[in-house]
Amino acid sequence: MKRDRAFWFAAATLAFLALLPVYAALAAQPFYVTLFSRIMVFALAAVGLNLVLGFGGLVSFGHALYIGVGAYSVGILAHHGITNGWVQLVVALAMVALFAAVIGAVVVRTGGMTFIMITLAFAQMGFFLAVSLKQYGGDDGLTIDARSAMGLFDLANNTVLYYVIFASLLLTLYLFHRFINARFGLALRGIKANERRLAALGYPTFRYKLVAYVISAQVCGLAGFWLANLTKFAAPSYMAWTVSGELIVIAVLGGMSSLFGPVIGALVFLLLEEVLSSWKPGIWPAAETLLGNHWLGLIGLFVFTLALFARQGIFGYLAGKKDSAGGH
Amino acid sequence: MSTSELRPLLEVEGLVKRFGGLLATDHVNLTVNAGEIHAIIGPNGAGKTTLIGQLTGELAQDQGLVRFLGQDVSRAGVAARAHLGLGRSYQITQVCREFTVLENVMLSVQSHLGSSFKFWKPVAEEREVVEPARAALQRVGLAKRADEIVANLAHGEHRQLELAMTLALKPKVLLLDEPMAGMSQVESEEMVSLIATLKSAHGILLVEHDMDAVFKLADRISVLVYGKIIASGTPEAIRHSQEVRDAYLGEEGLVA
Repeated sequence: MKRDRAFWFAAATLAFLALLPVYAALAAQPFYVTLFSRIMVFALAAVGLNLVLGFGGLVSFGHALYIGVGAYSVGILAHHGITNGWVQLVVALAMVALFAAVIGAVVVRTGGMTFIMITLAFAQMGFFLAVSLKQYGGDDGLTIDARSAMGLFDLANNTVLYYVIFASLLLTLYLFHRFINARFGLALRGIKANERRLAALGYPTFRYKLVAYVISAQVCGLAGFWLANLTKFAAPSYMAWTVSGELIVIAVLGGMSSLFGPVIGALVFLLLEEVLSSWKPGIWPAAETLLGNHWLGLIGLFVFTLALFARQGIFGYLAGKKDSAGGH
Repeated sequence: MSTSELRPLLEVEGLVKRFGGLLATDHVNLTVNAGEIHAIIGPNGAGKTTLIGQLTGELAQDQGLVRFLGQDVSRAGVAARAHLGLGRSYQITQVCREFTVLENVMLSVQSHLGSSFKFWKPVAEEREVVEPARAALQRVGLAKRADEIVANLAHGEHRQLELAMTLALKPKVLLLDEPMAGMSQVESEEMVSLIATLKSAHGILLVEHDMDAVFKLADRISVLVYGKIIASGTPEAIRHSQEVRDAYLGEEGLVA
């Protein structure tokens, strides 16, 4: 693929992420490592969601469910003394595959508003299922005593965890780059553009959408696996509908038509959240209190402005007019 | 005509479709033979598109049989019939507008090759996909526009692309739904000569309003009025049928 602006922009961002722990160590700000680990976890989930959202045209309003399933797989296994990370990872991905295949077989048959509402409904069912699991903390969530044991990788070390998450983000971007430019990707993008025509050409569109849905859920499950490790915690709130909504906002904000857009979206969204939630602009106190309580409104305003003026998202806007399917 | 040319590819028997009280398809019998162009004409609202929809499987018939290559496909879906070799080009251009011309045809080729569950090799580098796509564009005279975005094509070029996409499926029978609709005189004449070249390789069912084109191209013509075939025969026979004149041709004053 040609090395266009999008490529260099993505490369610069990844280089920044690769060097961040070095800066954090030099600046004696270990908090940055945790913050950016969290950002990458959401970037990973949004990249996963965007396979169906941006390339398949399926607006899933329930992908947080799979973050939750991934996180609870770690939590529940650890609760029963199974702390081997590889076992946890395999179980997490298998559980997500099972959930996604069953739910996908139902939701993928629908489209438009129905699809949005049914994905939301399934995610809410998952949420309340987690709340009802009293032996695993119910409402309060499940504390995980120690991070997963992954042999070579000592996840107890925040920097190691950071780089493992970073590596899984890179791997996912690379795999998706291959998928999207291969026959599967052309078929999937064709379905998004004109499903009826693709069916007439002989494509069993249901199968392609279902496979994309399951792959996309797997990546969110992986994000959940890392999130549980990062926070040493699994809670129903991981699969709250607001999280599903945030994933959509992140993907749209960054740019749905590119693979890399959601990474930018996650960086901007979570950093804004971090900054605005504790912003003290030093104006008069009443306004400061108002901002402190309603900083989400500012994010809303920001997203609104972007939606109006940068239809391709931030990444699409910065990388120039025409998107490339890759960007990696 | 040798007997092999009369081999029926597509056979329709007693096809009925009702929309509420409206009989949109009224016991239609129809065959398309190898190497033949069978045209269907009829006034607006005669049920031509409804009929085609039932042949491709987009609409389920209420009664009757559709046989393709001797096999009963009455209950088969759109994708299954397309894979068997029933190719349809659309009346309203139905292509992916933000894709390039080539990508659209590649989608057809991919479908013809079978599964698209291939996740690794960039499709743009797959000769197996790209070359047949370029060949199909060549056949319809659109090769020069391969890398253009579809939204930028002229109207006539859209129809050419539509046809290239259908041809790339290597269909045994082509269902052409008003391929000349909205075309200029020149474009329309080019399309007529193009369709004439396709006849040797495909059985063709042609639905068309342009009577000049129909009478130039068709080996057989069936006249559909209110969902019912009122006459079927050679262009010569149809031209001179009093019933057809009364029902249709006369009112448009198109009988040469």
